[in-house]
Amino acid sequence: MTRFQRKRLLIKASPAILLVSLTLLWELVCYAFTVPSYLFPAPTDIWASWLEYHDQIMKHATQTLFTTVAGFAIAVVFGLFLGILVGSSPLIYKAVYPLMVGFNSIPKVAFVPVLVVWFGIGTVPAILTAFLISFFPVVVNMATGLATLEPELEDVLRSLGASKLDILRKVALPRSMPYFFASLKVAITLAFVGSVISETVASNVGIGYLMISASSTMDMGLVFAGLVVIGIMGVVMYEIFAFIERRMTGWATRGSDPGF
Amino acid sequence: MDLVEFENVSMRYGEEGPMAIENVTLSVRENEFVAVVGPSGCGKSTLMKLVTGLAPPSEGYVYLGGKQVSGPQKGVGMAFQASNLLPWRTTLDNILLPMEIVQEYRHRFRSEKAKFQEQGRALLARVGLAGCEDKFPWELSGGMQQRASICRALIHKPALLMLDEPFAALDAFTREELWCMVRDLWEEEPFTVVLVTHDLREAVFLADTVYVMSKGPGRIQARKEVNLPRPRDLAVTYTDEFAELVFELRDHIGRIREGN
Repeated sequence: MTRFQRKRLLIKASPAILLVSLTLLWELVCYAFTVPSYLFPAPTDIWASWLEYHDQIMKHATQTLFTTVAGFAIAVVFGLFLGILVGSSPLIYKAVYPLMVGFNSIPKVAFVPVLVVWFGIGTVPAILTAFLISFFPVVVNMATGLATLEPELEDVLRSLGASKLDILRKVALPRSMPYFFASLKVAITLAFVGSVISETVASNVGIGYLMISASSTMDMGLVFAGLVVIGIMGVVMYEIFAFIERRMTGWATRGSDPGF
Repeated sequence: MDLVEFENVSMRYGEEGPMAIENVTLSVRENEFVAVVGPSGCGKSTLMKLVTGLAPPSEGYVYLGGKQVSGPQKGVGMAFQASNLLPWRTTLDNILLPMEIVQEYRHRFRSEKAKFQEQGRALLARVGLAGCEDKFPWELSGGMQQRASICRALIHKPALLMLDEPFAALDAFTREELWCMVRDLWEEEPFTVVLVTHDLREAVFLADTVYVMSKGPGRIQARKEVNLPRPRDLAVTYTDEFAELVFELRDHIGRIREGN
């Protein structure tokens, strides 16, 4: 194996290596200092909890995945629409931006009780919280992608008689796709935050609820098992969008690896 | 017949902004090759915007094809210093972009795509880009990108081709190659060209008429007919006659500098 091949293999295996080493370290620390599992469970305790409760965990995880994806889907559609509006009109840009930044500064957890008053507890507030927390990056990135269109390129198209819609369809939108996909990766992880927050405050189903009820009985193994499941779901969703991104916008990275 | 006519045109950006060009009167015959030279900041680019109708004049009148210019003109070809090719399209798809936009062709684009592609390939072959049809712009050298950019400006057979310092970013040898390319394209099938440049040799080599503009606010300082016989060989740039013409133009530019 050449040096170059070894390096490539190392880069490929690096996430697994890091994960395994950190888990081992964690186990070792818990074992060495005899940390009680009701404070900070070792990976083996978490695994034991998973084996004991996995039916329940999966039920709650499915619910969380559903609310997250639903909220995320609404956020993408809405964010795309608003982002196109904001990015293609300087007037709307000026008018909407301060309002949106202000809105985004509100901690969404503070807004959950309001949603509960309006829609009751459970699925609906979780979907809405996921939506509210994750649409902002989509809007900002779409708007940035559209607003940074090169003026010369716009001149070329306008001198051909292109309408605003032509410019949007043929150039501005395809050019913004790398920005859009980057925002999806941020938004999907934020959507998990949103739905879990809502479930911890106002729900009797979902990973958030599972963790709150488990911690009230000091079952830390179960709490951490919930955390791990969310983490895994987050990574899987992220990778799905990273994959789609590579397929759709390979031209932006010219087929090379990210980083420099 | 005059294709482009400027009648005492002045232009300022904004209400109180400084004059970009002042009292410009010039005319371009059909199939004439006109070059506009001047120091940087003489409003050459403003001239381009006025002809193509991307910006209205503050005073005076601009006519294109006998009609007063009001609003963006349809079917003017433009090429700039940056090639502005779309990175997600192949070279062939890039140069066919005008066919998807210009009123005359867009309705037929889908049904006669094969025919248009044949035209595109033929044009690429004429500028020495045969074999690059399916490459992406970032796989081409700077000179090749600029060739493709000029193809894109010509594919829809525009009444007028506007070139804004298209060779400024290229090295000296590539630049001379591209002069010859533009010369050949023009000799084979004449079209009307306005070339904006700060390279006097380029202007004299390519143009029938050279206009010298003064530094801001831009005024027409001198108009010089170039009566070198056509077709011109690159060797003509080393003759005394050529040198004299360049020197005379240089003298006008020199005076502009002293005038400030």
